[in-house]
Amino acid sequence: MTVAFPFSAIAGQDEMKRAIVIAAVDPGIGGVLVFGDRGTGKSTAVRALAALLPQMRMVDDCRYRCDPANTVRLCSECLARLEAGPLPSHMGPVAVVDLPLGASEDRVVGALDLERALSRGEKAFEPGLLARANRGFLYVDEVNLLEDHIVDLLIDVAASGENVVERDGLSIRHPARFVLVGSGNPEEGELRPQLLDRFGLSVEVKTPTDLATRIDIVRRRDAFERDPQAFIALYAEQDEALRTAILAGRLRIGAVEVPDAVLEQASQLCINLGTDGLRAELTLMRAARALAAFEGVGTVTEAHLRLIAAPSLRHRLRRNVLDDAGSTTRVDRAVAELFAG
Amino acid sequence: MTQAAADNALAALLFAVDPTGLGGVVLRGRPGPVRDAFLTLLRACLDPAAPVRRMPLNIAEGRLVGGLDIAATLRAGRPIAERGILAQTDGGVVLVAMAERLADPVAAQLCATIDTKTVVTARDGIVSESPARIGFVALDEGEGDDEKLSPALLDRMAFRLELQSGLDEDSLAYDLDAVTQARARLNGIEVGDPVIAALSGTALALGVWSLRGALLALRVARASAALAGRNEVAMEDAMVAARLVLAPRATRVPSAEEPVPEDQPGPDEAPIDDATDPPEAPDPPPQDDTPEPESDGAANEMPLEDVVLAAATAAIPAGLLAQLKADLERRGASRSQGKSGALKKSGKRGRPAGIRRGAPGPNARLNLVETLRAAAPWQRLRATEGGEPGRIQVRFDDFHISRFRERTETTTIFAVDASGSAAATRLAEAKGAVELLLADCYIRRDTVAVVSFRGKGAEILLPPTRSLVRAKRSLSGLPGGGGTPLAAGLDAAEAMAASVQRRGGTPVIVILTDGKSNVGRNGLGGRAAAEAEALQAASAIRQQGRAVLLVDTATRPSPLAQALAAAMSARYLPLPYVDAARLTQAVQTITPKSR
Repeated sequence: MTVAFPFSAIAGQDEMKRAIVIAAVDPGIGGVLVFGDRGTGKSTAVRALAALLPQMRMVDDCRYRCDPANTVRLCSECLARLEAGPLPSHMGPVAVVDLPLGASEDRVVGALDLERALSRGEKAFEPGLLARANRGFLYVDEVNLLEDHIVDLLIDVAASGENVVERDGLSIRHPARFVLVGSGNPEEGELRPQLLDRFGLSVEVKTPTDLATRIDIVRRRDAFERDPQAFIALYAEQDEALRTAILAGRLRIGAVEVPDAVLEQASQLCINLGTDGLRAELTLMRAARALAAFEGVGTVTEAHLRLIAAPSLRHRLRRNVLDDAGSTTRVDRAVAELFAG
Repeated sequence: MTQAAADNALAALLFAVDPTGLGGVVLRGRPGPVRDAFLTLLRACLDPAAPVRRMPLNIAEGRLVGGLDIAATLRAGRPIAERGILAQTDGGVVLVAMAERLADPVAAQLCATIDTKTVVTARDGIVSESPARIGFVALDEGEGDDEKLSPALLDRMAFRLELQSGLDEDSLAYDLDAVTQARARLNGIEVGDPVIAALSGTALALGVWSLRGALLALRVARASAALAGRNEVAMEDAMVAARLVLAPRATRVPSAEEPVPEDQPGPDEAPIDDATDPPEAPDPPPQDDTPEPESDGAANEMPLEDVVLAAATAAIPAGLLAQLKADLERRGASRSQGKSGALKKSGKRGRPAGIRRGAPGPNARLNLVETLRAAAPWQRLRATEGGEPGRIQVRFDDFHISRFRERTETTTIFAVDASGSAAATRLAEAKGAVELLLADCYIRRDTVAVVSFRGKGAEILLPPTRSLVRAKRSLSGLPGGGGTPLAAGLDAAEAMAASVQRRGGTPVIVILTDGKSNVGRNGLGGRAAAEAEALQAASAIRQQGRAVLLVDTATRPSPLAQALAAAMSARYLPLPYVDAARLTQAVQTITPKSR
C-alpha cells in the first residue's frame, strides 16, 4: 500500500546495507539485527528490502509457499499432493512480513480458523505470521520491546525452522524457515542473549555527523516524500542492478572457494576473541562467501573477512560488563592484531 | 505576550496545515485553559472533515489497531472485524491522553503508524492493513525528568510545546481560509538547497542527532511558507522551523568548534566561552519578550545558516540551556541525552501466562476469543439439540480465562555519596555494581537508577533504565567532591522510589555512605543540623516501608551509619573496600524474589 524508499537511495550506512544484501544472497546466514540510534534509517532499509528481492518459485495454492524443487521441506499438504503427481508452481514475490509489536500469540503461530469453525463447524487451521514468513523475511521493529512470550516463540521456531501448533485441539506442524530481521535502539533495552544468538549478523548504525551526508539524506528523503513515484523511478536502474547482482550471487555462491589460509585466519580470529561455540566461525565463513559471491569473485579473501568480521562476531563475544570497550572495538582490535601479524 | 506564547499558537496553525507530515505535537503541562485554547484553535484550523478522536491511556490493543468485533461476531455467527481508533481516524488527529504514561508497546504502535501511515491488524484471526494518516497530539502531564513521553515517539513529533508559556492567538494574523489554502498548496512549495543546508547545519550544531529533527524542521518550514502564501521556503520559514523544531531538541549549545563525533569524549576544557559568544545570545530569557533574534537588515548580511542557528539558539528554553551548559562543564561536549532521552517506564502489565478453561471472576478475565474458539466446533451439534436458531450457543464449559503472571519490575536505586575524597572509589563501586546488576537484568528484566549527592544537593545521574549502554554513558566521568548533603540525597532516593512505586514497580534503595553529613536541605553547612535532618529523612523512608541496604563506606564501621541504618530499618553492610561483586550479592539478598 505504501511505497517504500528505494534501497539504493539510502545514503551511507554501508555496513547495514552490506549485511542486508548478504542475508538476501544467503538466507541461511540466520538473520540480521540492526541496532542503533534513532532516526538513522534502520526501518527504511529493511522496508526497502522487499522491493529488492528477486522472485522465487513456489507451489500453487500453498499457504506456506513451499519450494517445489525441495521435496524434503514440503508442508504436509504439498506432500500429499505430490503423491498425485508433480506440483504445479509459479514465480512470486518473497514475503517480507512485519511482526507488529502488539501481535497476539495466535496471530503469530496460527490458530483455529474461526470463520470455518463458526459457519461450517469445521476444525481448520488458520496460518499465522510465521507461516506467511516461510521462505521469506520476518521483520520485527523495536525487537527489544517485544513481549517475552512472543520472543520465546521466535527463539524456538527460528532454531528449528518448523512451527509446531498444539492448541485449540489442533495438532499441526508446518515449515517456517525465515530470515529474522530485527531493529531497535539499545537505549530502550537490550536483547536476551538467546535471541541475540539467533541473528547471524549484527549491525550497529550511528547517526552520521558529517554535514554533507546529513544534507544529502534530508534532501533525498524530502524528494521522496514529495513525489514517491518520480523518486523511485530515479533509482530504479540502480535497484535493478542490485537485484541482478543478488540473483547472480545466489547462483555463484556454491562455487565460491575458501582458501585454507583464510579459513585459518577466521578460526584464529574467533579463538582470539574467545567466542562461544563454532557458530561464530560458521557465520563468518558463510557471510564472507556470500559477500564474495555478491561481488562476483570466485575466492574469499582477507578483505572479505575484514569487512564481515564485526557484523558476524560483535554480538557473540562473551560479555564482560566491567570492560568498558564496546564489542565493536574489541573485534576491530582483534582484526587489526591478526592481520598485522 | 511572549515569543513562546506566540510560537505555541503558530505551532497549532502549522500542525493544522500538515498533521500527517509533522507527526505530532507534544503539549507538556497540566490541563487548563491554555491546553483547551490550543485544542480549540487546532480544531478550528483543521480540515472540518478531519476526524478528531481521543485515545484513553488504557486503550485495549484491539480498540487501537482493530480486531474481532465480539458483539457483531456473535450476532452474525461468523467473525466480523472491527476497525480500531487508528484506522477510524485516517486523515485526522488523535489526542493521546496522559501520554507520559503510555505503555511501551502502545507507544511503539503509534511510532509505526507515524512511520508507515498505515495500521496493520494482526490479531484474533484477522489480518488487514488500512491507511492511517494521522497527526498525534500527545497530552503530556509529566512532571520532572523521569516522567516523559517515550523517546522514540518524541523523536517523531515535530513540536514540543510547554503549556506554561501560554498561548497568544492575537499575535497571529491568520484566517481559516489561509490555512485551508496552505493545505492545498503544501506539496508545491519549493525548497532551495541553502535552506536544506541551513536546517541540517543548525541541527548538527545543536546536537540534534536524529535525522528526523532536520526532516521535520524542513516540513515545518514548508508548512510555514504555505501558510504565508509563499511558493518557496524563505528565510523566515527556516527560522520558524529552527525555533519550533530544532531548539527544543538541542542537546548542546552551539560552539564554533567542529562537531564532535558522538563516541569520542569531547575536549575537557568546556567550550562554554564559545557558547556565550555572540551571536548566540548569552543567556536568552525566552520567557521575556525576546525580540526577533535578528533584525532583517542585519540578517541579510549574515549567511543563512548563521541566521537560522541564531534563531534556534535564542529559542532554547532557559532551563534546558542551563542544563546543557552544566553538561558541557561536566563532561565536555560528549553527547548527553540526559534530558530528551529520559526513559519512561510504564508499569508492566502482568506477563500473559496463557489461557485456560475456567469461569470468569473478579480476578480472572474472560477471554472472549478463546471462548468462541472453544464453542465454535460444537455449534452444528448444539443447533440440533435445540435452542434459538442462528445464535451461537456458548456453554459454561466453553469459558476460557486469561491468566497473567503478576511480576512487578524491581528498580534498584543507588544513592551514592559523591562528596569528599572517597567519592571516586565509591562511585566506581556503585558503577561496577550497577553494571553487574544490569547484566543480571537480561534474565530478570529489572531496572537500575543512580542518584548522587554532593555539594549543595542531590541529582539524578541515571533515571531507571535497563540499558547497559545508557548506564555506561551516564556513569562515565562523574564529578565528585564538596560537602555532604545526606538528607537531600535520602530525599531524592525516596522521591524516586515513590515514583517507581506509582508506576507499579518495586523500589529497592541502596545507599553508599559513611553516614557523615555536613550540609542541610537548605544547602547550608552545619554538622549537627545536617545529621538531624538526615535522620529525619531516614525515618521518612522507614515509614514508607522500603527495602533498604545501607553500605557503610567508612574505613571502620561507623556509629553514624549504623544509627542511620537503624532509623530506616535498613540492612547494614560495612564495606570499606571496593568490591562490586559483594555489593551486588548484598543487593540481591534484599531484593524481593517475585518469581
